[in-house]
Amino acid sequence: MDPATLNMVYLVILMIFLGIELITHVPSVLHTPLMSGANAIHGVVIIGSIIVMGEATDMFSMTLGFLAVILGTLNVVGGFVVTNRMLEMFKKRQ
Amino acid sequence: MDSILPILYLIASITFIIGIKMLGSPATARKGNLVAAFGMGLAIFGTIFLYKTSSGEHLGNLPLIFGGLIVGTVVGWIMAKRVKMTAMPQMVSFFNGMGGACAALISLIEEAHRDPSATHDPVHSLTIIAGLVIGSVSFSGSIIAFGKLAEKIKDLSFSGQQFLNILVLGGVAVLSVMFVLGSLSGLTFLLVLCALALAYGVLFVMPIGGADMPVVISLLNSFTGVAAACGGFLYDNMVMLIGGILVGSAGTILTIIMCKSMNRSLANVLFGGLMSAKAAATGGGKTATGSIREVSATDGAVLMAYAKQVVIVPGYGLAVAQAQHICHQLEHELEAKGVIVKYAVHPVAGRMPGHMNVLLAEADVSYDKLVEMEEINPEFATTDVVLVVGANDVVNPAAKTDPDSPIYGMPILDVEASRQVIVMKRSMKAGYAGIENELFYRPNTSMLFGDAKASLTALVNEVKAL
Repeated sequence: MDPATLNMVYLVILMIFLGIELITHVPSVLHTPLMSGANAIHGVVIIGSIIVMGEATDMFSMTLGFLAVILGTLNVVGGFVVTNRMLEMFKKRQ
Repeated sequence: MDSILPILYLIASITFIIGIKMLGSPATARKGNLVAAFGMGLAIFGTIFLYKTSSGEHLGNLPLIFGGLIVGTVVGWIMAKRVKMTAMPQMVSFFNGMGGACAALISLIEEAHRDPSATHDPVHSLTIIAGLVIGSVSFSGSIIAFGKLAEKIKDLSFSGQQFLNILVLGGVAVLSVMFVLGSLSGLTFLLVLCALALAYGVLFVMPIGGADMPVVISLLNSFTGVAAACGGFLYDNMVMLIGGILVGSAGTILTIIMCKSMNRSLANVLFGGLMSAKAAATGGGKTATGSIREVSATDGAVLMAYAKQVVIVPGYGLAVAQAQHICHQLEHELEAKGVIVKYAVHPVAGRMPGHMNVLLAEADVSYDKLVEMEEINPEFATTDVVLVVGANDVVNPAAKTDPDSPIYGMPILDVEASRQVIVMKRSMKAGYAGIENELFYRPNTSMLFGDAKASLTALVNEVKAL
């Protein structure tokens, strides 16, 4: 394994612990919005689809890439908007 | 100039971490979501304009990229804005599936681009295959979960399914290992594997009961996170790696916490459907018998108006009937008569933890009136009237008394301890978990049949008239 890959493995391990740390002690009321928010964040996969789309030259990659960009955007935009709508409900009474 | 993009990625990664942290507290949750969304915007536009390919060129096909972004934004925005609050959980599942499909497509394109003359790189192959398999399972599983929550797909388990599941999963695993080792490759092979993984996603979610879908969605959510992180390895992209792993790990913990609040293990939720298939076939679980008592809206109103304390137990039925506003009105009328009104919110009331709170908040019910299960349970003994509106499984005493019941062990609201229970229901149909509820046959329980909204309206009018 080359050093760059190894560095990423280190990062993965740290992120796993950070993720656990961030979620523990969250009131159950917030589980749904939290899941929804996390759902929007993994929409970051769209970056990958933009990269493959930007490098695509053949019809196959172009078609699938275009589809991937649309699906990724759905994940990101839909995810954040839905989360925001849920959380708007909490805002009102504060 | 070249260092700008990595810095943007760094900022985006920090906003994800801070965003998740802020989502964990009611006061900051909304801001947290916006912070993460801002970071996501930075990462997306940074990539479009600043990313350089290995040959040092900027990305091409910009019109198509923007076209995809615009289509996705418009469709996603409209869907997210139009969806009813009651249908929120399946919407989340749907968007999660889209992310999974996106990750799978990326893997397919990467394999199509692979230079056949290059030496085999196991790490590269591993990330391609992991993104493909996990993304595909997450996609098909999420779509099934979506269908189940929308009640378009019924639970399905057949004999030999357990065997078939293991066979398909084993097939996926063996083929994946062969791909990583380099003995099999090519796009056609990957498409076959993709089809198998999609089939596994369907088989995996099909037997799991509809009531357990939130747990499944949370788990698939963390799957998609891991699939996204694979992209991070593929492109040495830190923000994909950090965002993906963070969601993968946080999502897993969230899944376990959700199981705990139902007092069950993750394994029981995931594979319980398969195990209980036989029990259900032989009619496991007692069927409640006895006579029920009906109460009219007039009598119900009198009972409540002269009570000292009334506790309302809202369930999904309330949400379906869109009755949260009229429920709030009933609370008002009762308080005007000097009655103390509280809401008892079970952790899994509605379709997801916190779902009911969102629905009641929509109707302006004050936050401090919503009491969580642990706090309200001791209070039932001194409560005069409990009004159960469209809830069923969360007040089913079988969870405590009947070890054969599928919900045995789930903590419930002890409404039976109160002096009088009024259950609002459309009919005697079983609840979401599909089991009988002996609470309805208890001597201190009376039923008020009808649509929740109509019944509540009748109650409000009767209370007003007193």
